Amino acid sequence: MVLCPLSLAPRTSVVQLGTKDEGQRTNLFAKRIIPCLDCKDGRVVKGIHFVNLRDAGDPGDLAEMYNREGADELVMLDISASREGRATLMETVRQVARCLFIPLTVGGGVRVLEDARRLLSAGADKVAVNTAAVETPEVIRVIAENYGRQAIVVAIDARRLRNSAGPSRPVAQGPLSGRFDRLRAGSAALPTENQPPHWEVVTYGGTKPTGLDALEWARRVEELGAGEILLTSMDADGTQTGFDCELTATVARTLHIPVIASGGAGSPEHIAEVFQRGCADAALAASIFHYETHTIRSLKQFLRTQGVSVRI
Amino acid sequence: MIAVLDYGGGNVGSVLKAIEYLGLSAERVDQPAALRAAEKIIFPGQGHFGAMMKGLAERAMLAPLREAFAGGKPFLGICLGLQALYESSEEAPGVAGLGILPGCVTRFQGVFKVPHVGWSQLVLRPDTKLFHGVADGSFVYYCHSYYGPVTPEACAVTEYGQTFAAGIEMKKIWAVQFHPEKSGEVGLKVLKNFLNL
Repeated sequence: MVLCPLSLAPRTSVVQLGTKDEGQRTNLFAKRIIPCLDCKDGRVVKGIHFVNLRDAGDPGDLAEMYNREGADELVMLDISASREGRATLMETVRQVARCLFIPLTVGGGVRVLEDARRLLSAGADKVAVNTAAVETPEVIRVIAENYGRQAIVVAIDARRLRNSAGPSRPVAQGPLSGRFDRLRAGSAALPTENQPPHWEVVTYGGTKPTGLDALEWARRVEELGAGEILLTSMDADGTQTGFDCELTATVARTLHIPVIASGGAGSPEHIAEVFQRGCADAALAASIFHYETHTIRSLKQFLRTQGVSVRI
Repeated sequence: MIAVLDYGGGNVGSVLKAIEYLGLSAERVDQPAALRAAEKIIFPGQGHFGAMMKGLAERAMLAPLREAFAGGKPFLGICLGLQALYESSEEAPGVAGLGILPGCVTRFQGVFKVPHVGWSQLVLRPDTKLFHGVADGSFVYYCHSYYGPVTPEACAVTEYGQTFAAGIEMKKIWAVQFHPEKSGEVGLKVLKNFLNL
């Protein structure tokens, strides 16, 4: 098994202020479980590969339930924001933030500093930037300088390169752009079965290939001031067949900022795997929780039996 | 009146919201006179140590804060509001902190992921007022790249590569490095303890 670089190996704390028994662990850093609310027009929706959306409930109700169940954070993504108005989103953020005392990240359509300011003042703790960061990378630095690195999460949607080596997972057959062909034609291109896999950054909800290598882009956004990376495998997203752990591990082992793995969670085993093999700092999931297939509490209990440090 | 000190950079809104949720009221304060009139002061900090000290100086908040410390007015620093109590910080060399605690705030070394973002456990000194009713080993939410060294005033510590001051209790001065307003039930309990002091 590949070892993840920040395994703060459980050991007894060097300072014993309490009255704990010798040897009891008190220095654990928990892996985070983050439910994601994909919102559209004030409702939570869920689809496969960002299409075929179906209704999953009221954002306020779901947020309250997750808070009660022990979610470590909450992410709200307005998946229609790039195309539609954001008045509904602001109201939803206010409503969700009112009774939420865990960190809240909001994304979708954040393009300029003013968008970030409005979301943060509506009650978000962090904003997620995706498409706009690719088109105008400077926005990352501007938001970080104004609100601190902790306030900016850069969302990266990545799709595995078709001919690149990797697991047996069926790889999306989407059309690749001319820019991507150029990337392939470069010296590091033409991946074969024997070369390490590569992933391409896609934007606009996965509809637009960018020609950017996901790992290179992740390095760049860290330099620009991103506080965390929300890394979604577009091949796995919505399929509930497991995370692309190779993608997560590749990015998480390179960067010095936390990586939130997203896309593909279908079972507690998948989440254990993305922490252990995928080296993720946090796991994001939606469907697995919305339809009450699994509760956060039962998931965390399972993770603990697997040796994953979680907050219960 | 409970004052939530606004120096132009902290997350005042979420602290106010948490206090309101606990059934009390507090005011956002950015004027020295209002700070002097307050019965209790909460100082949530966020961002850069240098910008914070500059923000406090520009708003003429340093003198009323020192008066509050000298006069025994209950004070709770949060995150950067804890770091402000030390003499200095590696984040802003040459900028003086409030100097209530000895030492320099230091950047995490030897850990792969900085900032320390997420939930870590507290090791608590028994019988502290601030953590009354909070179980030793409780998880709280952190988000920081710098930490305050452990001094005798530390009533809670956390380990993330280094062991650092998670909580300070010093007569009427309290401070926490984690975010009580983002730490779920445990965090609300800590805030409530301070508000009920």
